Amino acid sequence: MTEIVEPIPVARPAAPGIVQAWAQSAVRGFLAYVLPPLVIIGFLVLVWQVLGSRPGAALPAPSRVVQDTWELIAHPWYDRGGNDVGIAWQLLASLKRVAYGYSLAVLVGVSLGVLVGQSTWALRGLDPLFQVLRTVPPLAWLPISLAGFRDGSPSAIFVIFITSIWPIIINTSIGIRNIPEDYRNVAKVIRLNGFEYFGKIMLPAAAPFIFSGLRIGVGLSWLAIIAAEMLIGGVGIGFFIWDAWNSSRISDIILALVYVGLVGFALDRIVAFIGRKVTRGTSAA
Amino acid sequence: MSNAYLSLSRVDMTFPGPAGGNPVLRNISLDVRRGEYISLIGHSGCGKSTVLNIVAGLLACTSGGVIVDGREVNAPGPDRAVVFQNHSLLPWLTVYQNVEIAVDKIFRGTRTAAERRDWILHNLAMVNMSHALDRLPSQISGGMKQRVGIARALAMEPKVLLLDEPFGALDALTRAHLQDEVIRIQSELGNTVMMITHDVDEAVLMSDRVVMMTNGPSATVGQIMDVPLARPRNRIALAEDKAYNHCRQEILSFLYEKQRKVEPISARTSASFGRKEKVAA
Repeated sequence: MTEIVEPIPVARPAAPGIVQAWAQSAVRGFLAYVLPPLVIIGFLVLVWQVLGSRPGAALPAPSRVVQDTWELIAHPWYDRGGNDVGIAWQLLASLKRVAYGYSLAVLVGVSLGVLVGQSTWALRGLDPLFQVLRTVPPLAWLPISLAGFRDGSPSAIFVIFITSIWPIIINTSIGIRNIPEDYRNVAKVIRLNGFEYFGKIMLPAAAPFIFSGLRIGVGLSWLAIIAAEMLIGGVGIGFFIWDAWNSSRISDIILALVYVGLVGFALDRIVAFIGRKVTRGTSAA
Repeated sequence: MSNAYLSLSRVDMTFPGPAGGNPVLRNISLDVRRGEYISLIGHSGCGKSTVLNIVAGLLACTSGGVIVDGREVNAPGPDRAVVFQNHSLLPWLTVYQNVEIAVDKIFRGTRTAAERRDWILHNLAMVNMSHALDRLPSQISGGMKQRVGIARALAMEPKVLLLDEPFGALDALTRAHLQDEVIRIQSELGNTVMMITHDVDEAVLMSDRVVMMTNGPSATVGQIMDVPLARPRNRIALAEDKAYNHCRQEILSFLYEKQRKVEPISARTSASFGRKEKVAA
């Protein structure tokens, strides 16, 4: 009880005290945030192990998965040419496509969002189009883009672009429309010109909205790339999964799913982190 | 009219709407001397904030004109700095940066970076905010935010300082404290100030003249009262002062006898009647 009520030990010169306090807070953090998910995951893996070990089970148990895929886990960077490369290369190839498509979507999406947010005429003209197009599923775009580009890779990038752009446009325009009248008045009183208003008021004021659009967008683009790659082939985690299915390597599929989930999670967290840094904590998310 | 510093002449304002629009202000004429502290008081919705926005240049009046220091007002500008009711600080900028954005824009050509920095610090020191330069608006209290808003407006070196119910959103103690500071700053700098308020005590305590506005639509200047109280004024001593209480009484009688607001009260009663009937049914 006495250790807890101690205030921040800044003034204490003794080093062991600081180390002890640090260790205590580390243990407390572990118990509060790391232990609960570990317990749940451990329980689920156990259930899976029991179900997968039954005779005649359709899917392999986790122990079997690790055993089957040990080669892939241990050597993520191998390269035997063609499609036969390590899982890290597959993920990188997918990430590269997402990087291209998503960057393009951010550029075009924020610009269009600013246009639609600023101009009521553009909103009325473009909004019906956006509302219809955004409901088209990502894969429905693939045949038409294959027809247009006559090549797999730009088509996959286009599918990423067209999937992730809508939430970016819509959230940006909402952010711009929601800029309080007071901020506009402040800008008018100090006579900011158009460029200064854009950079100093409009973008920062809309940033929380823009970043929630960017977060949704990055999630969607990761969803879309897996599906698109299944169809276009080549190196990429999506085709890796499809290929594993075709050669009945179920354990490989499960391993790939774990990686896909972790990468998607990381992408979301990275965008959220950048958003928090840029908006200095004023972001709602 | 000849030696007025700020002059409104025959200002009419009609907001567009059905049936020829919505007439808010009619024939408002007012002359303010240099260094004078003037308050506009009236019931809510009478258009006093519209007057301030016209002087600020944020709204264009339908007819009539506003002249500040010999020049007609037709756009917003830093010579008519506004302190908004809800402080309107930019939440992603620190206290220092909120003043800096104005000072850098206005004095970039005329002052060096070091001079501008000193000027920002000086203005923040004037409102006693030197301790929180690197705080974000979300990390300071409502009263502190309003101090920063005042510092930002003062840093623009306005010819006329426009205060739009600057203390309206504050609790009574913070409000009194901030009123005293604005009085002190105004006596030091000699600004010409136009303040919108609906607080009778605030109007008498702070102003040289109080402009009382009639109820809308088509609100206009109903009465102008001089406040014959010597400065510096002390709110505790004034509570017993005859002249002070006479001024209060005059404004109160204007607001509650001559310009009594009847419609909203009857509207509210009938609305609550309607609700009761609905509940009963």
